[in-house]
Amino acid sequence: MLRPTLETIQISVLGTLIAVMVGFPLGLLGTNSLVVHGILNDAELQGAPVRRTFRYGIYLTARGLLSLFRSIPEFVWAFMFVRAVGLGPFPGVLAIGVAYGGMLGKVYSEIFEGVNHRALEALQSTGANKLQIFFYGWFPQALPNFVSYTLYRWECAVRASAILGLVGAGGLGQQIEISMRMFDFSQVLTILIILFSMVAAVDYISAKVRAML
Amino acid sequence: MSETQALKTCDSVPSPRGASREALTLKNLFILGAVVGFFIWSYSGAEIHLSQLFSRDSFEQIAVYVKKLFPPDFSAAVIHEALKGTIETFAISFMGTLMAVVIAMATVFFASRNLIYSGLLYEMEPNSGWKRFLRMVPYLSAKSLLNLLRTIPEMVWALIFVFLVGLGPFPGVLALGIHTGGVLGKLFGEVLEDVDTQPIEALQATGANRLQILFYGILPQVLPQFVSYTLYRWEVNIRMAAVLGLVGAGGLGQRIHIAISLFLENQLLTLIIAIYILVTIVDYLSAYLRRKMI
Repeated sequence: MLRPTLETIQISVLGTLIAVMVGFPLGLLGTNSLVVHGILNDAELQGAPVRRTFRYGIYLTARGLLSLFRSIPEFVWAFMFVRAVGLGPFPGVLAIGVAYGGMLGKVYSEIFEGVNHRALEALQSTGANKLQIFFYGWFPQALPNFVSYTLYRWECAVRASAILGLVGAGGLGQQIEISMRMFDFSQVLTILIILFSMVAAVDYISAKVRAML
Repeated sequence: MSETQALKTCDSVPSPRGASREALTLKNLFILGAVVGFFIWSYSGAEIHLSQLFSRDSFEQIAVYVKKLFPPDFSAAVIHEALKGTIETFAISFMGTLMAVVIAMATVFFASRNLIYSGLLYEMEPNSGWKRFLRMVPYLSAKSLLNLLRTIPEMVWALIFVFLVGLGPFPGVLALGIHTGGVLGKLFGEVLEDVDTQPIEALQATGANRLQILFYGILPQVLPQFVSYTLYRWEVNIRMAAVLGLVGAGGLGQRIHIAISLFLENQLLTLIIAIYILVTIVDYLSAYLRRKMI
């Protein structure tokens, strides 16, 4: 049982990594005050309706993609990926990556939207360019929330990857499925206990790390 | 509402909490190193390789599959089936949430510390010895019951109930009801534990007994939050009900399972569109309702 347990954690870690890779760029592009409006763009896009529309198009596309990714449940993603790339941990990673990428992206854009704009204005008045404003004004403000929410999602990913196996995507869930099919309920109970302690441990670790932040 | 703490249920998008300080220290570097090590371990341990992910091969496989999905099958029979599935999903989530509320309301008053063994309500009594111990018993048993219900995921409950009561929407209702019962019990308990104590004190000063305090001092304070949490969980449950069918518990998921197993990809896309529409509508509806209420 150790192997599938570790596999579950590995799936969740890689899945979250992919989710960040999916969610971060889309979340950036889906932030209104970063792409379309706000002090970064107002001066630039003042008399340029075409460019503003273009930017707005990018923004809407990113939002739409994020909403598509997160509206389809991770189980359905997993099921489809199992069909597309075969059984094993790989479809689980992809499913978590895509579904959680959608959720992370949305929350990232909310975090970016919620930063204090005074600091940005102050930076702008010193003549900082956009990239500088982003890295010195925007990012430091958003980072703690960012990390904390990602960790929280990782916790969820551990749970999700543990049961995604029910549709064939590796990890503990697959073991549950197999034991159920063989009517070996005492084994199912063992796996559930492992699942329980694993989730509790991950919760604890993640809470500790977030308290340190 | 202690939002981040309370919504620790994975299906939610809690609002970010503000907290910020400190830069690069030795401790942070250590954490960074640990995280990187963790990634490397995960990467090498599983038979997952990022090169595999970005390889032409798996992209092609996915592309082929996506091509098979189109065009969605909009024939009358499939639409009918999708509609039926959607309604069934809705019904499962509703009944499941109802059952959850019943479970939660039946246990939560025993599972909140300030109502059952400590705090203002009991400050006049000798709070020691076997009496306190006796009060701890219902508290601990209710708390652990809720924990048990909550930690086993809906999917696993559904799997168990499919074995116990057979295929169909009924095991879905049971699974949702039991798991959500645990979640709501925890959320309600947290609300109960941080009620404002001043009205309670005032009531106590007039000589009200504990039941009266509960009904006139505590419940009016917590009910709006109970309702809002229930609505929120209902929203989560609709999403969940849509996929519980993958293990045989009715709703859209069961139809998706059938479509996938029979390689009916075009029908599958129709069903996925149905889920997408359902989830989006529910999102907006519940956001609207909660805005209205608060």
